[in-house]
Amino acid sequence: MNPITKFIFELQGISLLVWRSFTGLFSRPRYASEWIRQMDLIGVGSLPIVLLTGFFTGAVLVLQTYLTLQAYSIQSSTGQLVATSLVRELGPVLTALMVSGRIGSAIAAELGSMVVSQQIDAMRAFGTDPNRKLVAPRLIALILMLPLLTVAADIFGLIGGAIVADTIYNQDVNAFVNSAREGIQVKDIIGGVVKPVFFGLVVGSVACHKGLSTTGGTVGVGKSTTDSVVIASIWVIIFDFFLSKALQYLLDIGKM
Amino acid sequence: MAKLEDTLNISDEEGFVTEFDAAMDDPYRVKPVIEFRDVRLAFDDKVILDGVSFTVRRGETKCILGRSGGGKSTTIRLILGLLKPDSGQILIDGEDITGFSEEEMMPVRQKIGMVFQEGALFDSLSVYENVAYRLREQNVEEEEIEHEVRRMLRFVDLEDAIDKTPNELSGGMRRRVGIARALVGDPEIVLYDEPTAGLDPPTARTICELAIKLRDLQDVSSIFVTHEMNNIGYLSSEYAIVTETGEVVLEKEGEKLCLINTEVIMLRDGKIAFSGTDEKLRSSSDPYIQNFVYGK
Ligand SMILES: Nc1ncnc2c1ncn2[C@@H]1O[C@H](COP(=O)(O)OP(=O)(O)O)[C@@H](O)[C@H]1O
Ligand SMILES: [Mg+2]
Repeated sequence: MNPITKFIFELQGISLLVWRSFTGLFSRPRYASEWIRQMDLIGVGSLPIVLLTGFFTGAVLVLQTYLTLQAYSIQSSTGQLVATSLVRELGPVLTALMVSGRIGSAIAAELGSMVVSQQIDAMRAFGTDPNRKLVAPRLIALILMLPLLTVAADIFGLIGGAIVADTIYNQDVNAFVNSAREGIQVKDIIGGVVKPVFFGLVVGSVACHKGLSTTGGTVGVGKSTTDSVVIASIWVIIFDFFLSKALQYLLDIGKM
Repeated sequence: MAKLEDTLNISDEEGFVTEFDAAMDDPYRVKPVIEFRDVRLAFDDKVILDGVSFTVRRGETKCILGRSGGGKSTTIRLILGLLKPDSGQILIDGEDITGFSEEEMMPVRQKIGMVFQEGALFDSLSVYENVAYRLREQNVEEEEIEHEVRRMLRFVDLEDAIDKTPNELSGGMRRRVGIARALVGDPEIVLYDEPTAGLDPPTARTICELAIKLRDLQDVSSIFVTHEMNNIGYLSSEYAIVTETGEVVLEKEGEKLCLINTEVIMLRDGKIAFSGTDEKLRSSSDPYIQNFVYGK
C-alpha cells in the first residue's frame, strides 16, 4: 500500500475510534469506575516525572537566557521571558511528550497484548464494547489530566527558574515573580490549558488505535508501542504549531 | 462423577438426546442452529475461506479439522460476528447475522459461549471475576453471580482456584477456567477453539468429557476445532447418560446405538474437503485425509 493511502486509512481508523468512543458516552454502560482508575493512573501516576521535567526546564531556561538578556541589560525581564515560554509552549509540549512516552506507550502495549492474547475478542464475545470500556476511559482521562499536569509543570518550572535566578544570578525572587506576573496574561493561560486538551486527544487516540490494531504476536506489540510514541510525539509537535497559530488568532495574542 | 450431577441439576426432561431418531423429526431440531452459506473471506490477497457451507443442528457437535492457518479460528470469529465475511451468509438460529452491527450482535453473542484457543483469560482479573464477567456485564446481582461462578467452577473441578489470578494457573487450568467462563449463563451454542492443544492426555480427555456431557445432557450445539484425532475419537464414540441412581456416566457407542450427533468437517485451502462421520473420515481413501488422520 502506498504511504498516502496508508496514512488516510490510519486517519480514518483514528477518527472512527474517537467518534465511537465519544458517541458511546451518551448511553449506558459508561464504566465510570474505569474512568476514575485511569485518571488516577494517568494523572497521579505521571505527576512525578512531569514535575521534574517542568522544574528543570524552568531552571535551565533561566540559566541560559539570563546571560543573553544581561548583554542587552534587560535581565530584569528574565521572569517574563521564562513565564511566557513555559506557559505558552514548553509546559504544554514537554508535558505532552513525557505523557506520550510514559502513558501512550503503556496504553499501546496493554491494548496490543490484549489483542494478541485474544482478550479483546473475548471481551466482545462476552458482551463488552471495548470502545466504551477501554478506549473512552483512557481518552477522557488523558483529556482531563493533561491540562492539570501542564499547569503543575508550569508552576514547578517557575519555581525552578526562580531558584536559579536567586541562587546563581542573585536576582531577587520578588523581582523574578513580579516580572513573570507582568509577562503572563490571562490569554496565555487559556492558551496554555487549551493546547493540552488537544494533545491529550492526540496521544490517547494514537495510542489506543495503535494498540487495538496490533497484529503479529508479541513482536507486533513492541512495534505498536514504539509507533505509538513516535507518531504521537510528532503529531504533538506539528499540532502545536497550528494550535499556536489558531490561538494567536482567536485570542488576539501578539497584536500590539 | 456424582459431584457433576448435583452441580448441573440434571433432570430427565433436560434434553436427553441419546434417542435421536424421534428427536430428529422435531422441527425445533431440524432448523440448523448455525448455518454457513457459501462464505468467502480473504485478508488482502490471501483467501482464507473460499465458499464454505455447512450446518450445525441442535444438539450436534461439529468437529472442524484442518492445518494450522487453515482458517479454523477465522470460522469461529465469523460466527461470533468478530469478523464479517466478504460474501455469503451466516445464520444463527435461523437469523442472518451477516449484516449485523456490533450492537445487534450483542443479543446473539449471549446465546454463544466461546472457549478461546489460549484461554484468553483477562490477566487483570481474578478467576472469579473472569468467570463472572458476562454476568457482571448484564448487571446480575452479586449473590446470583457467586452462585453461578461456583457452580461452573465446580463443573470444571476448579473451585479451589477461585481467588487465584490467571498467571498462577497451569495451561490446563487456564483452559478449564476458559470453559467455565464460556458456560456461564447456559449458552445454547458453545464454540471450542483447540481446547486441548498443548495439554497432557488426561487433561485433554477431561476437556473432551466436559464437551460430551454438555452435548448429551444439556443439548448444547457446538463447534469443536481441533487437530488431535483422539479428541474426535472420544467425541464421536462416547456418550453421556444419567443412570437410574442419578450418576452421570460415559458409555461407548455399541451395536444398539450409533452416535449421529457428532460429525467432522475438514478444511483444506479454504474449502471443505470432507464432511461426514468419524468412521467415514477414517476409511477415506483420499491421500490428504489419510495423511492427516494417520500422519503418513
Ligand atoms: N486479522 C487478520 N489479518 C490478516 N490475516 C489474518 C487475520 N486473522 C487471521 N489471519 C490469517 O488467516 C489465516 C487463518 O488463520 P486462523 O483462522 O487463525 O487459522 P487456524 O486454522 O490455525 O485457526 C492465517 O494465515 C492468519 O495469518
Ligand atoms: Mg486457530
